[in-house]
Amino acid sequence: MAWLSKSLNSSLGKKLLMAITGLFLVSFLVVHCGLNATVFFNDGGETFNKGAEFMAKNPFIRTMEIVLFGGLLLHILDGLRLWIDNKKKRPVAYAVVDGAANSKWYSRSMGLLGTLLLLFIIIHLKHFWYFSRLTDNLTEEHTLFHEMQAIFASPVVVVIYVLGCISLAYHLLHGFQSAFQTLGWNHPKYTPTIKCIGAAYSIIISIIFAAMPIAFHLNLIH
Amino acid sequence: MEGNLNLTLKIWRQKNAQTAGKFETYQVSGISEDMSFLEMIDVLNNRLIEEGDDPVAFDHDCREGICGMCSMYINGRPHGPNKGVTTCQLHMRSFQDGQTITIEPWRAEAFPVIKDLVVNRSAFDRIIAAGGFISVNTGNAQDANSLPIPKDHADDAFAAAACIGCGACVAACKNASAMLFTSAKISQLALLPQGQAERAKRAEAMVAQMDEEGFGACSNTGACEAECPKGISLENIARMNREYFSAVFTSK
Amino acid sequence: MTKLDAKIPEGSLAEKWTKYRSSVSLVNPANKRNLEVVIVGSGLAGASAAASLAELGYKVKVFCFQDSPRRAHSIAAQGGINAAKNYQNDGDSIFRLFYDTIKGGDYRAREANVHRLAEVSGNIIDQCVAQGVPFAREYGGLLSNRSFGGTQVQRTFYAAGQTGQQLLLGAYSALQRQVGMGNVQLYARHEMLDVVVVDGKARGIIARNLVSGELERHFGHAVLLCTGGYGNVFYLSTNAMGSNVTAAWKAHKKGAFFANPCYTQIHPTCIPVSGDHQSKLTLMSESLRNDGRIWVPKKKDDPRKANEIPEDERDYYLERRYPAFGNLVPRDIASRAAKERCDAGYGVGASKMAVYLDFAAAIIRYGKAEANKRNLHQVSDEEIQALGKEVVKEKYGNLFDMYKQITGEDPYEQPMRIYPAVHYTMGGLWVDYNLMTTVPGLYALGEANFSDHGANRLGASALMQGLADGYFVIPYTIGAYLASEIRTPALSTDSEAFVNAEKAVQEQIDKLMSIKGTKSVDYFHKKLGLIMWNKCGMARNEEGLKMAIAEIQELRKEFWSDVRIPGEANNLNPELEKAGRVADFLELGELMCKDALERNESCGGHFREEYQTEDGEALRDDENFAYVAAWEYLSESKFELHKEELKFENIKIAQRSYK
Ligand SMILES: Cc1cc2nc3c(=O)[nH]c(=O)nc-3n(C[C@H](O)[C@H](O)[C@H](O)COP(=O)(O)OP(=O)(O)OC[C@H]3O[C@@H](n4cnc5c(N)ncnc54)[C@H](O)[C@@H]3O)c2cc1C
Ligand code: HEM
Ligand code: SF4
Ligand code: FES
Repeated sequence: MAWLSKSLNSSLGKKLLMAITGLFLVSFLVVHCGLNATVFFNDGGETFNKGAEFMAKNPFIRTMEIVLFGGLLLHILDGLRLWIDNKKKRPVAYAVVDGAANSKWYSRSMGLLGTLLLLFIIIHLKHFWYFSRLTDNLTEEHTLFHEMQAIFASPVVVVIYVLGCISLAYHLLHGFQSAFQTLGWNHPKYTPTIKCIGAAYSIIISIIFAAMPIAFHLNLIH
Repeated sequence: MEGNLNLTLKIWRQKNAQTAGKFETYQVSGISEDMSFLEMIDVLNNRLIEEGDDPVAFDHDCREGICGMCSMYINGRPHGPNKGVTTCQLHMRSFQDGQTITIEPWRAEAFPVIKDLVVNRSAFDRIIAAGGFISVNTGNAQDANSLPIPKDHADDAFAAAACIGCGACVAACKNASAMLFTSAKISQLALLPQGQAERAKRAEAMVAQMDEEGFGACSNTGACEAECPKGISLENIARMNREYFSAVFTSK
Repeated sequence: MTKLDAKIPEGSLAEKWTKYRSSVSLVNPANKRNLEVVIVGSGLAGASAAASLAELGYKVKVFCFQDSPRRAHSIAAQGGINAAKNYQNDGDSIFRLFYDTIKGGDYRAREANVHRLAEVSGNIIDQCVAQGVPFAREYGGLLSNRSFGGTQVQRTFYAAGQTGQQLLLGAYSALQRQVGMGNVQLYARHEMLDVVVVDGKARGIIARNLVSGELERHFGHAVLLCTGGYGNVFYLSTNAMGSNVTAAWKAHKKGAFFANPCYTQIHPTCIPVSGDHQSKLTLMSESLRNDGRIWVPKKKDDPRKANEIPEDERDYYLERRYPAFGNLVPRDIASRAAKERCDAGYGVGASKMAVYLDFAAAIIRYGKAEANKRNLHQVSDEEIQALGKEVVKEKYGNLFDMYKQITGEDPYEQPMRIYPAVHYTMGGLWVDYNLMTTVPGLYALGEANFSDHGANRLGASALMQGLADGYFVIPYTIGAYLASEIRTPALSTDSEAFVNAEKAVQEQIDKLMSIKGTKSVDYFHKKLGLIMWNKCGMARNEEGLKMAIAEIQELRKEFWSDVRIPGEANNLNPELEKAGRVADFLELGELMCKDALERNESCGGHFREEYQTEDGEALRDDENFAYVAAWEYLSESKFELHKEELKFENIKIAQRSYK
């Protein structure tokens, strides 16, 4: 297996890992977003709570949760390693850099956006995952839905979540299509479509996520 | 006095690899719009020589955009402000009177500065030596037309082969990555039937050498493609990734 | 005259090379490993020779002054490479390529060498394709050809306008493969400054590490100079800034004869000079003459813009004077015709030293053809224009872009302005059939030798020659010499010859550094260039040449007392590098003028105003000048002429006519 670790530790291998874990997270977000969007049914969280309960009990989902954490961790560690490694490749910086002339700022700031995301994810996990999985506070009377209402009452939290979603949008605006490029899927026939889907995905999913705390806060959902 | 451009130049001066460098500021006047950027530097250098100073060292040879030797990082961009142009083909009509121009060497761990604006790019030669060839000894070849190659494959291979090895891609990349350069050669040979025999081995060897030389990974920002004077496409990097991953899982 | 033995093998022309190859001495593989070959230059000639010799098993060292072997000036060749493949079924053959080359060279080349060149030309294409050189192809997947000046067949293979680049990268990759395998040691950023001769044989070189300034001694059982041409003696030329004569000149001073130094090729289609700042001239490939029509206004000093001059007021002077070849006459003829028009006052552009190269007709022709191909009917003129421009772009896009970049004018919309410029030097070190100079063990390949192009080189033949020399000639001919060297052990570089050679080089460097005068190297180089261009350029005459010799001697004196080289010798110092090169040009220039003065005839690139026909064509004198002028260096300004008679046994020598 030396060949595998050698290859995965090459510059291309590290990126492969990034792309696979990244796309895995992208697919997770679809499920996550879809489920959470049920809060907009405005049924007092009924559908949502049912879904949440299913997620909490189903053994397959529970296993996937571990895979998800593994994937996230891999993505984060690999991302940080790349970020640090890449920084070292230019020991003397340029005095003048006209980055805007040749690339998008967010494509050059994946490490930063990722770190913001990481901070956000920690807060987010503390808010909900910790609450639902590691404490006994979840009851019939106080569902996850109620917890959301409680947490999003704070304007500070709402701002943090919105910022988190903006980071996510930009991270994925580059990351989505970048992952396909890394996997070698670049072709004049379908790359424009990938880019288009990527942009739509990043923006739509981030808006839906951001809409939740805002809606809760403004009491549009109850 | 041939023209009427007056410019302020901030140029990186560094005596050799061992000493630290710093920026020096120079004024040049009477620059003609028809001069190439390097001819403008010639004007400065001639004056420096007359004044008894050391002229600015910079790499150049063909001055027609093909040898890949010239390499200046001008106002934050490799080869300056124009698209698809090397430093030697950049002309002064692209600048305005009174402008300040900052000129730096390529900056990368794998491209150490030798003097002033001159850097060591021999890492590129070693990447090619690792596998950027088809092993065919002189005299072994069959008749050239015995191997028809679809025109579009030949054209794509040519487009990749147009790389001049200047290193602007590395200079432009925030990670000082040499993926565009390396992938151009891997692509050229992977696209041609002659290159098939060594395809897997080539991809693995060249990527390994590229990493060993100290180039960064790819963040797919596209800066290399945007700054490449020969329009080498990012598709080549995707192709290299395909070549590499399939080699990793299939080679023995 | 006795000193020159061309060693041409016996037998009929077509059999010489075959017979030679099967009878030449061989070196067995075990011995090859102990034989070291120093190769100076990594252009087409050097890289191909290095790769091929290393593949055979020799221990090879390669030197170049650029930072990478891939940057040798061969990279800049645009148009194409000839080969007698007859893929187009248009009547080409080895003999026809041979014939065209001899005729194109105005009957001043050696038959046996040229025939060999034509014989191996096909193998070159095969080899390059096998290496992955992406030549242009037709839709069926087979190789495409174009025509070049001086021929009536289509035998030129090309890769857009970057043929030299693609061929060199092919040779370079073969070279790098050997470097990777440890068979070749590469010395980039090294400049050879002398040949070391031991007991009359070349045994190595002294090279300067351009980064550290250190002098190094390198031993070789044989030394190959593949150092390119010396067109930069004119200061302005299409050559790269670093192209120089130093290696060849140092060899000359160590006993290698210099042949035909006055044969200079002035290329007709270059971008005109735009001002005093000009540092080099840019070629617009000869392939453009396939589709571009050259003209000047019929009226003197016509102030109108090109597009405003109606068709019947244009003088397509090449088509008028040379109906058989039209715009595709050989370079020397096209250049002189342009000069003639401009001197007569018909030139165009601000300087009036330019003629038009016009693609309007080609754009319409291609546009119509394209419309037919795509089955479009009733297309407007604009659409035809657009279609035609697309085709032209595919063929010459990079050249058009380059033109626009340099001049700021769009050649798709208005004709290019062009003027002749120094491009190639047919002269070079004299070599025999084995490519060996008059110093045993010292070889010259590629543009550095004089061998194949006579007094004028046909387009697309230099690439062919460089690769022929390196891939297919030297691997055989070097055996003839090295077979007798297998008992020679590697000499210690501490031996006297090496020490003395290094000392002499060091002294020259010290001397240059110590002058500390007032003028830059470029000052002298520009002055020399002007003398050469005005008096030993496109047209020469006795009076001018004599003046030039005196002026050059004077300039040389001034150089050695007033040049200023800043910086140190033990560091990267481009001014010092240039100074060494210009010092050699200042000696070479004198010899070129002497050679031109000696040759009382006009032939190819050498046009003596005293010797022309009534309608201004070159007037050769085969009776008295059908020889190669090989000059031996005696001392400063003193050279002895040796003549190698040229015998034409297979071609009837005739007045060259392209009418
Ligand atoms: C602009 C242009 C376009 C051309 N187009 C064509 C064309 O379309 N078709 C065609 O057939 N021909 C063309 N030619 C001519 C052809 O390119 C050259 O004649 C040919 O490439 C010369 O190859 P070479 O190997 O002899 O020398 P070069 O390629 O010039 O190589 C010289 C080598 O010698 C090295 N060197 C020189 N001096 C020293 C020294 N003192 N110490 C160490 N190293 C040294 C250099 O570093 C370099 O590696 C063109 C030439 C020019 C200038
Ligand atoms: C929901 C969370 C996340 C998702 C969906 C996600 C998705 C992606 C995707 C698809 C890529 C592109 C991979 C490629 O270019 O091949 C990527 C790149 C990256 N991600 Fe994330 N990511 C997430 C969280 C994070 C976090 C928390 C970090 C923390 C450090 C991070 C750091 C990075 C970095 C640094 C890159 C760029 C790697 C490079 O360009 O070399 N990501 N991400
Ligand atoms: S890929 Fe482009 S930028 Fe990079 S070395 Fe090649 S030509 Fe230069
Ligand atoms: S000097 Fe050759 S590419 Fe610029």
